[in-house]
Amino acid sequence: MEINNNQLLRFTTAGSVDDGKSTLIGRLLYDSKSIFEDQLESVSATSAKKGHDGVDLALFTDGLKDEREQGITIDVAYRYFTTPKRKFIIADTPGHIQYTRNMVTGASTANAAVILIDARHGVIEQTKRHSFIASLLNIPHLIVCINKMDLVDYSEDKFNDIIARFEEFSSKLLMKDLRFIPISALDGDNVVNRSNNMEWYQGGTLLNILETIHISSDINKIDARFPVQTVLRPQSEEHRDYRGYAGRVASGIYRVGDEVAVLPSGFTSKIKSINAGENEVEEAYAPMSISMALEDDIDVSRGDMIVRKNNQPEPTQEFDVMLCWLNDEAARPRAKYTIMHTSNEQRAMIQEVIYKIDINTYDRIIDEKELNMNDISRVKIRCTRPLMTDSYRDNRNTGSVILIDEMTNETVAAGMIV
Amino acid sequence: MSKYYLNYLDELESEAIYILREVWAQFDNPVILFSGGKDSILVTHLAKKAFYPARIPFALLHVDTGHNFPETIEFRDNLVKELGVKLIVGSVQESINKGRVVEERGKNATRNALQIITLLDTIEEQKIDCAIGGGRRDEEKARAKERFFSHRNDFGEWDPKNQRPELWNLLNGKHFEGEHFRAFPISNWTEMDVWNYIKRENIQIPSLYIAHEREVVWRSNSWIPVSEFLKIEEGEKVEKKMIRFRTLGDITITGGIESEADTLGKIVEEVSAMRKTERGDRSDDKRSETAMEDRKKQGYF
Ligand SMILES: Nc1nc2c(ncn2[C@@H]2O[C@H](COP(=O)(O)OP(=O)(O)O)[C@@H](O)[C@H]2O)c(=O)[nH]1
Repeated sequence: MEINNNQLLRFTTAGSVDDGKSTLIGRLLYDSKSIFEDQLESVSATSAKKGHDGVDLALFTDGLKDEREQGITIDVAYRYFTTPKRKFIIADTPGHIQYTRNMVTGASTANAAVILIDARHGVIEQTKRHSFIASLLNIPHLIVCINKMDLVDYSEDKFNDIIARFEEFSSKLLMKDLRFIPISALDGDNVVNRSNNMEWYQGGTLLNILETIHISSDINKIDARFPVQTVLRPQSEEHRDYRGYAGRVASGIYRVGDEVAVLPSGFTSKIKSINAGENEVEEAYAPMSISMALEDDIDVSRGDMIVRKNNQPEPTQEFDVMLCWLNDEAARPRAKYTIMHTSNEQRAMIQEVIYKIDINTYDRIIDEKELNMNDISRVKIRCTRPLMTDSYRDNRNTGSVILIDEMTNETVAAGMIV
Repeated sequence: MSKYYLNYLDELESEAIYILREVWAQFDNPVILFSGGKDSILVTHLAKKAFYPARIPFALLHVDTGHNFPETIEFRDNLVKELGVKLIVGSVQESINKGRVVEERGKNATRNALQIITLLDTIEEQKIDCAIGGGRRDEEKARAKERFFSHRNDFGEWDPKNQRPELWNLLNGKHFEGEHFRAFPISNWTEMDVWNYIKRENIQIPSLYIAHEREVVWRSNSWIPVSEFLKIEEGEKVEKKMIRFRTLGDITITGGIESEADTLGKIVEEVSAMRKTERGDRSDDKRSETAMEDRKKQGYF
């Protein structure tokens, strides 16, 4: 199979318990022929042991022992499949107590989110929650699958009702690309193969949509941002004078000869050469990993950002972020945390909780100030030194931060700069 | 379509290079766990790109079970010479001699589990704070939840419930004295991706991966190579077959498959038609449903 110019699409799946998420993923893997014989054998055996007739598709996404014993999924698990059109990475995030935290994690790198709704129940609280997170994380494409259509007689009216209910609340959210598909994960209708039971549905199957949505324009190509990860100094005979700034282009395009500024120092220079591995290239763009050499000998180190001279991010020391608390220890008032932003690291303090969000109603809660696991809130953060930030809406890479507890080294919060 | 996008192999490559550079930036004494298998060879190849034109700044750490394919050792030594990197060998035989571990007995005895102790001892002795592995999430279900930066406590153990969430590209490698990390730059690659990339980049791999004639016995549903370490059981017949290996490990338990694929191109074709996972041929994973997970918790690769 020559699939060498195919793209990679990362998507996350969300649904409340029993909506059929595991069955759907199993169906996608099975119908796209991504299941191996030995996996099939082991799942068939387990299915039989559990008294299923036939193969329980949900078992393909079976994870760790602890969760097998408890019958729940603990965290984000990643699955892979490839079709002749694309390679896919699924961030499978289960629905239960730690749900928000897990979905935020899975959503952070996703190009698309697949949200499941049980056709019998329609839009429920969880649907609103999942949609809110998808919008908060700025996932470019949202695909709503109305599942178990077989249990509502494949009713077009039912499908349209659910869409109407969904659009009622989703108008409050920012969504660039929203689609609805009626499916039956169990029987496979409109997942990989078109359904014969729903002639009224004119759109594509789920796989067809995943294979064709346009993702290359989702990356910000305007604002050139290059966070320096490390400096390469070969000190070999052949490359004695080479000093390369290694990193991954966060956004935008860089060309040899471009006038650039190094932040925070503000020194300017020109790009002398760009390397991608052993090859010298004329231009580099997100998300390429490259190393860049400059014409002038200026001091550049990890945490600095190389940008276009005439398009610079805001140096900000105090800013608002939408913060999702990830840790079971609540935030300590006025405690210091390490903040990671691109390759930069500073100390920071949560100065103020401006409001918390009820993610089921989207209401703002002004009078609660404590941050517990799964809480999403707008907070004011103050850093010891300025960070070179963009807003998360404009740039997922330079608009995101994490907070690390200095006592435990754990990642306790994820933030999106407003 | 705009020309400013990466194809999936380039994107995987870029992600892996990003992770390798983060390891270098965030840790004091990182090493590459080098088994001689294609995944660790791939990681080494990616490290070469990540730091070019500088040398790979990591030593290679080989945990030597003593039950090697001779081809693996030869390959390893050539690579080390070519790259000019340091090689650290942790020897399971030495751990046995020192009484740190006891050899397993019986027909399916392997030194696989023993490797854990040797690995952890070497990590401690050498003050290694990050070991870069070639683990992939598609290999085995216990790996599906593995992070890029995987935290180990000061006993070297992995706690699947207590892993740090990883968001965007922000990797948190902060650790206390005595703790270490495992880093997995090719987490998101599948077996097919690895082969496609090896072919595209024309990466040298040990000849074992390529179909060749070999003496083998049929055991636990695969062809186990005859070697000085293998005890032939009654009823087992030594045969000559054209085989190749899909993974390389302890020679006593790594099964080969019958194959005519004697070029990279043919291997790619064969793998894409393959209906069995690569670890399906390793008897160490067959011992129980959760064999891999149990070993991982103790500190396995
Ligand atoms: N009738 C019908 N049942 C379904 C469908 N999809 C899933 N189910 C069933 O719904 C139950 C929950 O499915 P599962 O995939 O485990 O849900 P999860 O909790 O969202 O992962 C199982 O008994 C499935 O067989 C469907 O399209 N139609």
